[in-house]
Amino acid sequence: MQKEKLVLIGNGMAGVRTLEELLKLAPEMYDVTVFGAEPHPNYNRIMLSPVLAGEKTVDDIVLNDRAWYADNGITLKTNAKIERIDRAGRKVISADGEETPYDRLLIATGSNPFIIPVPGHDKQGVIGFRDIADVETMLAASKNYKHAVVIGGGLLGLEAANGLIKNGMTVTVVHLLDTLMERQLDRPAAALLKASLEQRGMSFLMQAQTAEIIGGERVQGVKFADGSEIAADLVVMAVGIRPNMTLAQGSGIHCERGIVVNDTMQTFDPRVYAVGECVQHRGTCYGLVAPLFEQAKVAANHLAHLGIARYEGSVTSTKLKVTGIDLFSAGEFNETEGDETLVLQDPAAGVYKKLVLKDNRIKGAVMYGDTLDGTWYFQLLREGTDISAFRKTILFGQHDLGDAGHGDETRIAALSDDAEICGCNGVCKGDIVNAIVKKGLFTLEEVRAHTKASSSCGSCTGLVESILASTVGEGYSAAPSKKPMCACTEHSHDEIIAGIREHELKDMTAVRKFFEWKNTDGCASCRPALNYYLLANWPGEYQDDAQSRFINERAHGNIQKDGTYSVVPRMFGGLCTPADLRAIADACEKYDVPEMKVTGGQRIDLFGVKKEDLPAMWKDLTDAGLVSGHAYGKALRTVKTCAGKNWCRFGTQDSTGLGVKLEQMTWGSWMPHKFKLAVSGCPRNCAEATIKDFGVVCVDSGYELHIGGNGGIKVRVTDLLCKVETEEEVLEYCAAFTQKYREEARYLERTAPWVERVGLQYIKDAMFDETQRKALAERFRYSQQFAQIDPWKERADGAEAHEFRKIEISAA
Amino acid sequence: MSNWIDIAALEDIPQLGARVIKTDTVDIAVFRTASDQVFALKDECPHRKGPLSQGIVHDTTVTCPLHNWKIDLASGQAKAPDEGCSRSYPVKIENGRVLLGLIGQEAAA
Ligand code: SRM
Ligand SMILES: Cc1cc2nc3c(=O)[nH]c(=O)nc-3n(C[C@H](O)[C@H](O)[C@H](O)COP(=O)(O)OP(=O)(O)OC[C@H]3O[C@@H](n4cnc5c(N)ncnc54)[C@H](O)[C@@H]3O)c2cc1C
Ligand code: SF4
Ligand code: FES
Repeated sequence: MQKEKLVLIGNGMAGVRTLEELLKLAPEMYDVTVFGAEPHPNYNRIMLSPVLAGEKTVDDIVLNDRAWYADNGITLKTNAKIERIDRAGRKVISADGEETPYDRLLIATGSNPFIIPVPGHDKQGVIGFRDIADVETMLAASKNYKHAVVIGGGLLGLEAANGLIKNGMTVTVVHLLDTLMERQLDRPAAALLKASLEQRGMSFLMQAQTAEIIGGERVQGVKFADGSEIAADLVVMAVGIRPNMTLAQGSGIHCERGIVVNDTMQTFDPRVYAVGECVQHRGTCYGLVAPLFEQAKVAANHLAHLGIARYEGSVTSTKLKVTGIDLFSAGEFNETEGDETLVLQDPAAGVYKKLVLKDNRIKGAVMYGDTLDGTWYFQLLREGTDISAFRKTILFGQHDLGDAGHGDETRIAALSDDAEICGCNGVCKGDIVNAIVKKGLFTLEEVRAHTKASSSCGSCTGLVESILASTVGEGYSAAPSKKPMCACTEHSHDEIIAGIREHELKDMTAVRKFFEWKNTDGCASCRPALNYYLLANWPGEYQDDAQSRFINERAHGNIQKDGTYSVVPRMFGGLCTPADLRAIADACEKYDVPEMKVTGGQRIDLFGVKKEDLPAMWKDLTDAGLVSGHAYGKALRTVKTCAGKNWCRFGTQDSTGLGVKLEQMTWGSWMPHKFKLAVSGCPRNCAEATIKDFGVVCVDSGYELHIGGNGGIKVRVTDLLCKVETEEEVLEYCAAFTQKYREEARYLERTAPWVERVGLQYIKDAMFDETQRKALAERFRYSQQFAQIDPWKERADGAEAHEFRKIEISAA
Repeated sequence: MSNWIDIAALEDIPQLGARVIKTDTVDIAVFRTASDQVFALKDECPHRKGPLSQGIVHDTTVTCPLHNWKIDLASGQAKAPDEGCSRSYPVKIENGRVLLGLIGQEAAA
């Protein structure tokens, strides 16, 4: 069968990204031909600034070399400008008259720099800053001439000016307004920026309106509206861009400020798609790559006939790629009526941070000098998180949930190349920067795949994101505005959780069918999540799918690096008897356990058990009355207690006894992530209840309940939920909170990030509404009926026997 | 020359799962997919020898339980950007029985 023909006009960042996404989805579907007006294969346009500044070469910034096109069977025509689209005849016509037919057409013609139409604008030496040719013109000029004028004090203008200075020119930046980068910065931040650029030797002419470019054939100067003049051998106009839509418009495709597309990236001609800077979507034209890449994903999805993705617009953030200057801006950073502003200013240290809030949610952010928390604020902005719980400290950064062990290393740019970023996988800053540059990476996921940095415990994610941001500029996408659950679907965790409930999807096949999963079996990241969501939503009905569980939960022990397993029996509240210890000791001897250890969770870990021995060993332990400790599960782990009133001279309540009751109520429950409790007998808090998912601190008059703590990768102290008077209330609140978390959190999201995402107030509202609280607690108790079956005993009695037995063969 | 050995009934291997075949020399993981295809690989991940038999099987891939490398069941190759290969063995199904093809050496040694 003849393949359909896809033609791409515009060999730039958005167009080729669409092809990459398409190849992932449907590599064989089309015969693809690409037309590019430039002589180069696809390169990383945003890196033109570092090329100009001499920090990179043109070769460094090629994203897809010619071999890539050949390897993927794509015909590439460079130096080939398309002049006309014949929509009726379904073909495109290039400048040299060649006609190429298409079944589907993708327009990605980018934009053109706006050249102010003043007299003299067409003189030699007057250019925009858009492509390799412009950079070559600037580099050549810097060898023969001295004076450069950059018109436009925005992002692009300042990057051009910085590059020209680096090449030895004297540079004056001319700006129409009285502050720089007014679309990204407020006045105080702009003032800091200007001062530091002046220190680097940049001159500014503010509030200057260009009237004429003067000179002979080549430019010699710029004349302003007030009659003044300055000398110039090179003029770079960086006053804005205009979507390049002449071609589309000429062929009758509806255009306004850009080529108008709908949420599926289709133009008014359904055979013609458009992506990138040339399009106008819901009234907006974008000029940064992150949103364009989201568009590319959606367009590819439709070109692949999957027809499920929608582009719903993007919120963008900005960074300036001038080495040594840290600047970040996102959202609506100029407050309007009814907004509130939080500001932190430390002029001596050159730091300025401003957050604009509305109803305790971030609307916009501007940061100068210290931008490490930019990605965090941006995430809070996009998620619409209620920040009232940490509003007092938010400007100090994420450090109370910060990168463990990385402390004050807020200036990523200052780190040396051999600074270790990822402690789990031993990846240094230099490795990451190299991979980003050489392999043209743009997203955290890509960096994880190629370098392994931040792919294990994730504590360095913030640092890796900062490296990405400082290496590729704002083009990197922190996380798309809507993050799909995994590569098998376009839908987010939240959409899937809601779908399971609303449409009563009760098994995995139903979920995958309803949401049109791309891979029939799903993958190792969605299957465990779906299995959990179904279990949590349909207790008693859903049949657990062992093959969709991570091995630890399938084998009911932690897999060790040598393929053996560990065994951790539950010790309710940390209490044990001589008989328990004797049973554990006997089992250890009988099965040659190489090492025993008291864990951080007040019980005993038996390491290095052979998988084949597990059922027999469990039998011995369960016969002695011990049950699984679920030390391996996304489940209730431990309830840590202290000595309490029974023994301790300061104890106010029976913390040990309450801990046992809590553990009896909660053991066996599956959770989005692991879940830990503790009960301390007095505010001395020996059980460390304030870093647990749910912690109780006993006081003379009752019990303080704390939630959302974490003692792991990012230490987070709990929030105080409330104080109650009786043990019954503690149990009810605990059950209700646990159930709320079980029903609403995303898989692999612990309570600490969950509470921060949804906001403490949201949880308080649910907990303090008696009807809701009681209903939640009731649902928890109901689901526990089915969960509190000891998995060890089941298997000791013969369930899942195949999991534990090898098939032995021997040559006969 | 391969030497076909009857190892188990197809039902003995869980769908989207694996069983470990212990020979005198190596452990071999025999996988069964959702569509009842079977594949056999040395039960050792090319990364750090993780037991592939313990991973999650999806389509014709297994994700290693230790550090999530994805290994193609047919070829034993790690999926890009990871690099490495785990040895594969011939297997086939005949009359509902799974037969593993061992080259003289493994079987005898
Ligand atoms: C055995 C134990 C260490 C010890 O000897 O003390 C342990 C061992 C492991 N921990 Fe832990 N953690 C142990 C207490 C803790 C504690 C302390 C505590 O619970 O009081 C913490 C910090 C408290 C907390 O969770 O808030 C802790 C924070 C982690 C984390 C980081 C979690 C986080 O949200 O930041 C991980 C990684 C994860 O879960 O993704 C982890 C993961 C692991 C794993 C399961 C790694 C893995 O996936 O294979 C380790 C399994 C070792 C093995 O092969 O058996 N372990 N781990 C402790 C078992 C407690 C128990 O009785 O069940
Ligand atoms: C110096 C500079 C720095 C930047 N820095 C950043 C940054 O830090 N972060 C960020 O997110 N963004 C940055 N950008 C913007 C970013 O580069 C653009 O948003 C992105 O390249 C737009 O992609 P596109 O595919 O829409 O257009 P382009 O990448 O411009 O691709 C369009 C291509 O189509 C070709 N073309 C046009 N018409 C035709 C035709 N008729 N026939 C054939 N070919 C045609 C053009 O020659 C061009 O190659 C920067 C841009 C510049 C110039
Ligand atoms: S036991 Fe915990 S801290 Fe220790 S190496 Fe394993 S995961 Fe890391
Ligand atoms: S051992 Fe398999 S991924 Fe590391």
